[in-house]
Amino acid sequence: MRKLLLESLLKAPLTEAPPSPDDGALAELAQSLERASRRRLGRSLSIREVDAGSCNGCELEIHALNNAFYDLERFGLKFVASPRHADVLLVTGPVTRNMREALERTYAATPDPKWVVAVGDCALDGGLFSGSYGVVGGVSAVVPVDLHIRGCPPTPNALLKGLIALVDE
Amino acid sequence: MTFLTALASKGSRVAAQRPWPRVEVDAPTWREAVVGLAAGEATLLGLWSDGQAVHLALCAAETAQVLVISIPCPARRFPSVAIAHPPALRLERVIRDLYGLEPEDSPDRRPWLDHGRWGLRQPLGVPEPASAAGDAYPFHAAVGAPLHQIPVGPVHAGIIEPGHFRFSCNGEAVVRLEERLGYVHKGIDGLMRGASLDRAAKLAGRTSGDSTVAYATAFASAVEAALGLDIPPRAMFLRALMAELERLANHFGDIGAVCNDASFSLIHAHCAILREHVLRVADIAFGHRLMMDCVAPGGTAVDLAPAGAQALPTLMRTIRRRIPELVELYDSTASLQNRTITTGTLTQQLARQYGAGGFVGRGSGRAFDARKLPGYPPYGDLRFEMVVRQNGDVDARVWVRIGEIAQSLALIEQILERLPPGPICADHPPAPGQASEGLALIEGFRGDVLAWVRVAGEGTIAHCHLRDPSWFQWPLLEAAIEGNIVADFPLCNKSFNCSYAGHDL
Repeated sequence: MRKLLLESLLKAPLTEAPPSPDDGALAELAQSLERASRRRLGRSLSIREVDAGSCNGCELEIHALNNAFYDLERFGLKFVASPRHADVLLVTGPVTRNMREALERTYAATPDPKWVVAVGDCALDGGLFSGSYGVVGGVSAVVPVDLHIRGCPPTPNALLKGLIALVDE
Repeated sequence: MTFLTALASKGSRVAAQRPWPRVEVDAPTWREAVVGLAAGEATLLGLWSDGQAVHLALCAAETAQVLVISIPCPARRFPSVAIAHPPALRLERVIRDLYGLEPEDSPDRRPWLDHGRWGLRQPLGVPEPASAAGDAYPFHAAVGAPLHQIPVGPVHAGIIEPGHFRFSCNGEAVVRLEERLGYVHKGIDGLMRGASLDRAAKLAGRTSGDSTVAYATAFASAVEAALGLDIPPRAMFLRALMAELERLANHFGDIGAVCNDASFSLIHAHCAILREHVLRVADIAFGHRLMMDCVAPGGTAVDLAPAGAQALPTLMRTIRRRIPELVELYDSTASLQNRTITTGTLTQQLARQYGAGGFVGRGSGRAFDARKLPGYPPYGDLRFEMVVRQNGDVDARVWVRIGEIAQSLALIEQILERLPPGPICADHPPAPGQASEGLALIEGFRGDVLAWVRVAGEGTIAHCHLRDPSWFQWPLLEAAIEGNIVADFPLCNKSFNCSYAGHDL
């Protein structure tokens, strides 16, 4: 184990240069993210991920944000275990009817000020699954959404661009 | 005469299904099949409905001979399978939830996927309007003075899928775990009805995102069987290449996550790096990190990019260089072994009874791999070994994955050596004119995925049923956790890594 740790110390870091924030995301966020709340929170946000009906593809790529290449925490963004500790809800999937109440309650348990980021094409409008008896639709059909990150699933870079826009001025 | 051959001779063969026979049987023959299942004469592969009949897919344990028997349900009822064979229980609860067909004498009458939130009952049968306020769900009781309950989910602490776990505990020890699933039910069976081949293939590829290649291949193989479509040799090899990349990525993710749940983050960090390497090469090779929509009926939708062909050998070398030190670290860290060895033990008897696939079954001595038997091309031409462990604990499931990583590397190297030139997709034949059916069993990283399709005369999907390996693994997690401490549940759960989306459909 010591050898592995030592090697990791001596090798150059794998972490890559951050992408620039997504222009579209910045425009979408301008309305919902006031300077005052930004000042209050500083450049640090806690994220609670909620799978509201996804196929798990988005979760895999959100997971990847924590690996050494993307290292999400260097931007002051970290995943937390409870909505009560969160500033941001990262919601994936078409919202299923069986998950609707759980999403509403998670949103209600998140203290203000809070933002909702909808991740993936399904989270936008239900995607491929819209129209099914089991699906409500996109995330905005259930809770207010501040930012959409498109993709099926969005790549970790696309996720980073959107999330950096949240903390960047 | 084998059990399945005898069963088949008692029904009338449905001509439309390929490659394995489907026979329509009467209730006594159906019951005979159920008794045989319970006696271990065959393994349950799937139980589903198309609204008119209920279909039971069976697999002979030794020969992997496959047979589907069907019982027509004009009276909207069928004899319960679960009454004698518990692995069928959740599947038959779903048939009632979705189609309103009643499993007679079923030992559990609670709905499974239907949480009372859809605003209707039997959405795929004769829908009836209903309240969407949600049903109460009576959990099984665990009775005793010192017992307490811990409800967990559907929203969990990690970045994982939603489901509810109800623990009844005596102090730290879990006396009973009961799962409640169905939270991500999107109605895929319903969305498949009448879908074009393209749309249906997209849906199949999004049934469980981590197994998109396995699902897309299972769906495509079933459609090809139905239409009698031969796919080009290059497409077979490309599918296997994608499947093995998917297996590598997921096994790295799982091994890392198991170690992380034992609070050993060093292996987790290194496995996450290897997983990322695999996904990046998949992106270079096929244009999508998870390889979604890369497999299509008739072959593959994309060819291996030249840059991908160059990147793959480098990836193989990187992984081969890194594996030994990580394996040694796993094997020689006492604090980690203390958590994984003898934890979450699944007995061989249960693994066999439930026909558990993948690392769950193979970690408990069940030597079944759909790539070997029944088998499908190109695996018959490739050399690889089935990795089986006997202990059935978290450690065994980790070792099966470690062994399978080595096998996948060997497979990828053989595929790259022997990748035949030529087209990647067969021309779609004209609409068949009459309905035809196909069945396929494809080995995903998690186990065997069963796909059954009925293609309508005009070439659209009349019905499609996709059975995730998790159906026969989730119930076993309830058994494996018994007597373990609550704090070891995440570890056990990760070592099973069952799919929520693939199960909830």
